[in-house]
Amino acid sequence: MARDIREPVEPPVDTTSLLRFITCGSVDDGKSTLIGRLLYDSKSLFDDQLDTLAADSKAVGTQGQNLDFALLVDGLQAEREQGITIDVAYRFFATSKRKFIVADTPGHEQYTRNMITGASTADVAVILIDARKGVLTQTRRHSRLVSLVGIRRVVLAVNKIDLVGYDPAVFDRIVADYRAFAAPLGFEEIAAIPVSGLKGDNVIACSPDTPWYIGPSLLEHLETVEAGRETVDRPFRLPVQWVNRPNADFRGFSGLIAGGRINVGDTIRVLPGEGEAVVARIVTYDADLPQASAGEAVTLVLDREIDVSRGDLIVAADSPALLSDRLSADVAWMDEAPLDPGRSYWLKLGTQTVGARVVAPVAVTDVETGAVAAAPTLTLNAIASVEIALDRPLAFDPYLENRDTGGFILIDRLSNATAAAGMVRGALHKSSDVQWQALDVSADARAAQKGQRPAVVWFTGLSGAGKSTIANLLEKRLHHAGRHTYLLDGDNLRHGLNGDLGFTAADRVENVRRAAEAAKLMADAGLIVLVSLISPFRADRALARGLLPAGEFIEVHVDTPLAEAERRDVKGLYKKARAGEIKDFTGIDSPYEPPETPEVRIDTTILSPEAAAEALYEALNQRGVLNPAMAAFDYTI
Amino acid sequence: MSEDHDGPASGTDTAVKNRLPEDLRRLEAESIHILREVTAERTNPVLLYSVGKDSAVLLHLAMKAFYPGKPPFPILHVDTTWKFREMIEFRDAEAKRLGLELLVHTNPEGLAQGVGPFTHGSAVHTDVMKTQALKQALDKYGFDAAFGGARRDEEKSRAKERIISFRTKDHRWDPKAQRPELWRLYNTRIHKGESLRAFPISNWTELDVWRYIQLENIPIPTLYFAKPRPIVERDGALIMVDDERMPLAPGETPKQRMVRFRTLGCYPLTGGVESDAADLDAIIAEMQVSRSSERQGRVIDRDGSTMESKKQDGYF
Repeated sequence: MARDIREPVEPPVDTTSLLRFITCGSVDDGKSTLIGRLLYDSKSLFDDQLDTLAADSKAVGTQGQNLDFALLVDGLQAEREQGITIDVAYRFFATSKRKFIVADTPGHEQYTRNMITGASTADVAVILIDARKGVLTQTRRHSRLVSLVGIRRVVLAVNKIDLVGYDPAVFDRIVADYRAFAAPLGFEEIAAIPVSGLKGDNVIACSPDTPWYIGPSLLEHLETVEAGRETVDRPFRLPVQWVNRPNADFRGFSGLIAGGRINVGDTIRVLPGEGEAVVARIVTYDADLPQASAGEAVTLVLDREIDVSRGDLIVAADSPALLSDRLSADVAWMDEAPLDPGRSYWLKLGTQTVGARVVAPVAVTDVETGAVAAAPTLTLNAIASVEIALDRPLAFDPYLENRDTGGFILIDRLSNATAAAGMVRGALHKSSDVQWQALDVSADARAAQKGQRPAVVWFTGLSGAGKSTIANLLEKRLHHAGRHTYLLDGDNLRHGLNGDLGFTAADRVENVRRAAEAAKLMADAGLIVLVSLISPFRADRALARGLLPAGEFIEVHVDTPLAEAERRDVKGLYKKARAGEIKDFTGIDSPYEPPETPEVRIDTTILSPEAAAEALYEALNQRGVLNPAMAAFDYTI
Repeated sequence: MSEDHDGPASGTDTAVKNRLPEDLRRLEAESIHILREVTAERTNPVLLYSVGKDSAVLLHLAMKAFYPGKPPFPILHVDTTWKFREMIEFRDAEAKRLGLELLVHTNPEGLAQGVGPFTHGSAVHTDVMKTQALKQALDKYGFDAAFGGARRDEEKSRAKERIISFRTKDHRWDPKAQRPELWRLYNTRIHKGESLRAFPISNWTELDVWRYIQLENIPIPTLYFAKPRPIVERDGALIMVDDERMPLAPGETPKQRMVRFRTLGCYPLTGGVESDAADLDAIIAEMQVSRSSERQGRVIDRDGSTMESKKQDGYF
């Protein structure tokens, strides 16, 4: 590490391209050390910075007499004192081939928030794995977030390869594990490189200690990897930032082109309005341009006077953006204050700011396992799929098609905090392009034709509690009374609609979700739907309830004590579960969360199945399901 | 960004468009975007003009952002009365050349008490004449957003500051409560009395600034170029004797040395570097073999309080 081996850096003046990347790893993976090594070995550090580093390394470093590169990146006082990284740090370095901006993000608290922030502007992600530990929960979490933010090129840096004796078998196993895990994440490229941030192996130059590794060093790879900014090939988009009107003779619309190209003479449309015009000039300080493309800051002058203001989206007339007041999105919650689904937030997308409400419940993804569960709110660092209702139509694209017209933030109206980052999946109904079909025949109309009110009677309870027996009896009773019904039975669904699902936590959630969606469609058709499903988790049942209009979801807890259900063991399943032949069996090695306030609770140790069905029939009658006129009467009391 | 400019549609404008390399065009566009965005969303912005090379680039970018209009905000210089004389002349000439409204503020109390670096030390001088003066000026005019030319590569705590940096009513920066900044989306919302500092050239490096100055032909003070100057040494720093207020030891006479400045500030606090670089080519060539950072000559960075603590207190 002697200073004198450092030759002056190659002149980077001719550098013309810029790569932004993010490094992800957990606390001890050696991220900061690797970045420090890149800066040091690419000669991007000045002598006075090195002197400071040497002094700091002695004072607070963790590397004995050696330089502690982590101190280069940890800029805030608290970080240096505590040896942690608190915030996203941006570092800059250049080689003769390329310039780099690195976002380094901390590996502990606030991780999700900081990682998504750093990744939002990154072209490539470098994911660090400690060769001694292999693919960890953290690795999976980082990779899911990187994938969520739409990064498609990943470098897998298997770090501390020196500490496993440069063993190719260790490297190969980790890479194989990672590729198997990452297969569904949609990465276009995973480049795996064995490195040692501390020793410098394969960081700048290929190491003699890894002769089995045929490939570029980390820096060589970063110098040549595709930056992957494909927005130029997308349809033209210009979010209007500024209406430029210096005098009566000039009226231009300024903004950064967020997608595609524009030529003088092209026809554009201004969303959310209907106005179309032809581009007369593309103005910049340097000169008028005949053509401009994504990433350029320009001012457009149009051939005619049409209404354009800040916040409008100028688009190619032949491929406009989506326009809707309701959208589905993935969001990452970033505020200490949890989501309040009743409240309106500001939603800023491009240059548009509108009022927005997140519709509860939300489907929260566990970033460690990938499992999805319904939840009533969102807390710091949660990732979820949500529906968002807006107070006016918004012009946008799906995030996967354009980060700049599909990424948004939610702002708390009281604190002004940036509460969440969001990525649009799509419009829930395109209020401009597509009319919602068959609006003339409503759910009410369909139900009225049948002389009933639609309802979903949701039977939950342990296996063998008697759900299907009671549901079956109730359906017969309703059928004989001339009602239009359908029974969705959990076991039967698993033979068809849910035939691809197993019994893992994630599959169970999906099992319930599909049943709930199917029930919703049937209720919309005017039917009285009986659903018989163990559905052990409250959150899943809350999701089902949330799909339906208030009052249509009737939760029936078929309450049979575990001992009693196990004693009956009609299908012999408890015996198998106790013998370990069935895993994740509810009540045995998987929990059952009883409803806290079901509409109806049936204690099967007191009521016979027949009596239970009769009681339910009466309950439906009282709720007006069987006689809409009575319902109106009931509700007014 | 596309390099696709050689198609048949291009023509004579291609030369203009290709003058900047792709990385600088990307940085330029980002900076223009930030200038427009903050200006559109805040009611009373100002550009803090410190007369240095970064300010020169920032001002040039502001001229571009609102072309053919002028930047719809004034420029503000906080004058400590200890700046290099050339800086003041250059400042007035630039404001005139560009046709911009120039506001100059000096802390009246500091002036009345005769605060200066020689009598009060660099820490007190910087606090009273720069930090407090800046806060006074922002309050006086009610500015709710102030553009500055700070860059993330300058200093470690700046590397962690947002492009849009929220300040409380007391102008304080809380590094642990910064708003996440995603994509090109900036949250500029504030309550009455609060303000923003906006740093459009956050992602530029020192070398980017010099390359841009050269390619865009941006005027800068000649202090950046080497020439023989009257120099005394103070604690290893090469200080230029810019006026008669510089105290000299008995028998001490300033020596003429070939010196240039990598940053500009208060002359008693700004150390020069020995150099023969008398033009931009030479400066850029020198930078590429330079082994020290630009803040090396800054006396105030070594006065015991860190940049982080100065920033928390409202320093730019």
